[in-house]
Amino acid sequence: MTLVTSILMTSGAVAGVGLACGIALAMAAKYLAVKEDPRIGDVTELLPGANCGGCGYAGCADYAKAVVIDDVSINLCAPGAQSVIDDLAKYLGKASEQAEKTVAKVMCGGNSDQAPRKFLYNGVADCGAAHAVGGGDKSCRYGCLGYGSCSRICPVSAIEITDTNIAVVHPALCIGCGACVRTCPRALIKMIPASRSIHVMCSSKDKGPVVKKACKVGCIGCTVCTKLADGAINMEGPLAIVDYSKDLDNEAVVEKCPGKCIVKE
Amino acid sequence: MKALNALFKFKGGVHPDYNKDLCRDQEIKTMPLPSVLKVSMSQHLGAPATPLVKKGDEVLRGQLIGDSSGFISASVHAPTSGKVVAVEPAATATGASCTAVSIEPDGEDKWIDGLKGIDNWENANKKDLVEAIANAGIVGMGGAGFPTNVKLSPPPEKKITTLIINGAECEPYLTADHRLMLEQAQKVWDGCRIIMKILEAEKIIVAIEDNKPEAIQAMEKVMEGTDLNASIAILATEYPQGAEKQQIFSTIGKEVPSGGLPMDVGAVVENVGTVTAIYDAIVKGLPLTERVTTVTGGVIAEPGNVVNRIGTSFQDLIDFCGGFKSKAAKVIAGGPMMGFAQANTATTTTKTTSGILCLGPEKACSYESMPCISCGRCVSACPMKLVPSELSQYLEAEDYEGAEEINVMDCIECGCCAFECPAKRPLVQHMRQGKAHVMIKRRAAQAKK
Repeated sequence: MTLVTSILMTSGAVAGVGLACGIALAMAAKYLAVKEDPRIGDVTELLPGANCGGCGYAGCADYAKAVVIDDVSINLCAPGAQSVIDDLAKYLGKASEQAEKTVAKVMCGGNSDQAPRKFLYNGVADCGAAHAVGGGDKSCRYGCLGYGSCSRICPVSAIEITDTNIAVVHPALCIGCGACVRTCPRALIKMIPASRSIHVMCSSKDKGPVVKKACKVGCIGCTVCTKLADGAINMEGPLAIVDYSKDLDNEAVVEKCPGKCIVKE
Repeated sequence: MKALNALFKFKGGVHPDYNKDLCRDQEIKTMPLPSVLKVSMSQHLGAPATPLVKKGDEVLRGQLIGDSSGFISASVHAPTSGKVVAVEPAATATGASCTAVSIEPDGEDKWIDGLKGIDNWENANKKDLVEAIANAGIVGMGGAGFPTNVKLSPPPEKKITTLIINGAECEPYLTADHRLMLEQAQKVWDGCRIIMKILEAEKIIVAIEDNKPEAIQAMEKVMEGTDLNASIAILATEYPQGAEKQQIFSTIGKEVPSGGLPMDVGAVVENVGTVTAIYDAIVKGLPLTERVTTVTGGVIAEPGNVVNRIGTSFQDLIDFCGGFKSKAAKVIAGGPMMGFAQANTATTTTKTTSGILCLGPEKACSYESMPCISCGRCVSACPMKLVPSELSQYLEAEDYEGAEEINVMDCIECGCCAFECPAKRPLVQHMRQGKAHVMIKRRAAQAKK
């Protein structure tokens, strides 16, 4: 067998196999095709593609499917905000729903200067792990431990751990996906309307004297703010909680708070 | 009776410094009543008890103050007579928070009326004996605190052939069980006979490490001429010889299957402390209100083995033992291998506090953790035949399913891997975290069903 014939034979064989497979694939594509609503693809295109899971579905494509097939509300995409809602409404012919941008907020202001460490912890640098050892090394058993579990899970790096060991969310960067809310072992992070500026920066469910011992900026449950806030701050046990569904414009609550835990940002 | 060397040797294990000389010759002392006793409702493994008293109530010693609420739970009794001054959450030795009842002793230490032992227990009904043990609130006093009555009521299809009495006390520093066997050998042996009566096992093996020759002699003496099929197994001094599964292998050569219980190989293991508590409960009718705790460590002025009421604060116990002679850097509830470091000395003792270890700065080093160098020392040390290095890498990546597949749930948290690790990796903490996550997942799956 000459060199030329062997080259021709192998090329021919490869070409033949290729042709046969090509025909098989073409037929499979035609006869075994899965019919999908074309709108799902289009809606996925309209979504921001962050795949953050903030809507409660496994990524943008899954949410798109839920919107098209199960008729789920179109205002669940926090990163997309109003523009995506408008786009979806236009495409699907639904009424545009109003959505206010929500951002995450760490409801604790007790950094390591205000709420010192009660012992030296040198184990795994993860909030859940630290919380499991002796109830956490922070003097307050409800406060931010500052080991950065929320910061690591944030898809857009919007959470900073400061030099004084506390997590701070940068509202301009936050896309509102809520991943940090689900991660925090102490359930300190809340989703709040981005337009609001007055917050109670404490989550301690301990009574006043205990809080005072543990932290310099804790809520001692004095109820002064509730009287000034006209229903926009309520007591839940010994802790004052801002009701973000109501307007809170009396800035006196910030100055009058004896625990110095109400801040305006 | 002649004690014989154990025939088997479990895989792995380590040889830490035992440091038992500090306390091994100290006779058990009884501590006077402290000014207040804070009794946690979580004295055991499983659901915490529900408090039955409120602030201001007068209680008598042995009165039920915590009702066992679930199947895996245990009753809690007042450790002395006095007044309840608070019922509020307090930190337990493990760091969790649980309701605790604070009692101010009235000094009379009066027992509640109507406590009566079972006369002639040799002819008593098995069920009555187990019930008496449950009513006395007895839990495994070796450290884990598993409710004893549950352990002593195996399902009928599981035939118990061997009762093993755990006198290994493999944790360094601790000598409470050693002193119990030495000073109260007869009581220990009578307790063993009660358990044999309940379980109707074929044989009983008392397992003791070879670093306690006096205890072996004492037990040999009281077991002389018994009509039971009894023996004493001398175990090599090695950590964790006192761990349930390792001890079963050392004594009868059987391996408890993964995820299984000792009863799957026909064995029940009871700690020496538990056995004496069972004796008190059956013969005298007394609930569990006190235990022996070893207070030791380089910075303790007069280390000793102390009988203390449940709920005594660590500080009171340390003061009773002469206080600190130099600055303490670390206080541990339990032994150095498996104990829990404490944030302060206000923590109170429970039924499982076998020791309070106070270390100076030279012993309480803190290390920086480095990446794994794949040396394999943790693999050789692991008595459960796991691969801690690989597990820790899975857990660091938060791949809990992967870790579950390579059997993270079999980890007994003995600490051999972390003890050996030259990179000082927090291996045990990784395992604990992994096990907690897997448990949450399993519970959620069960709740769905």
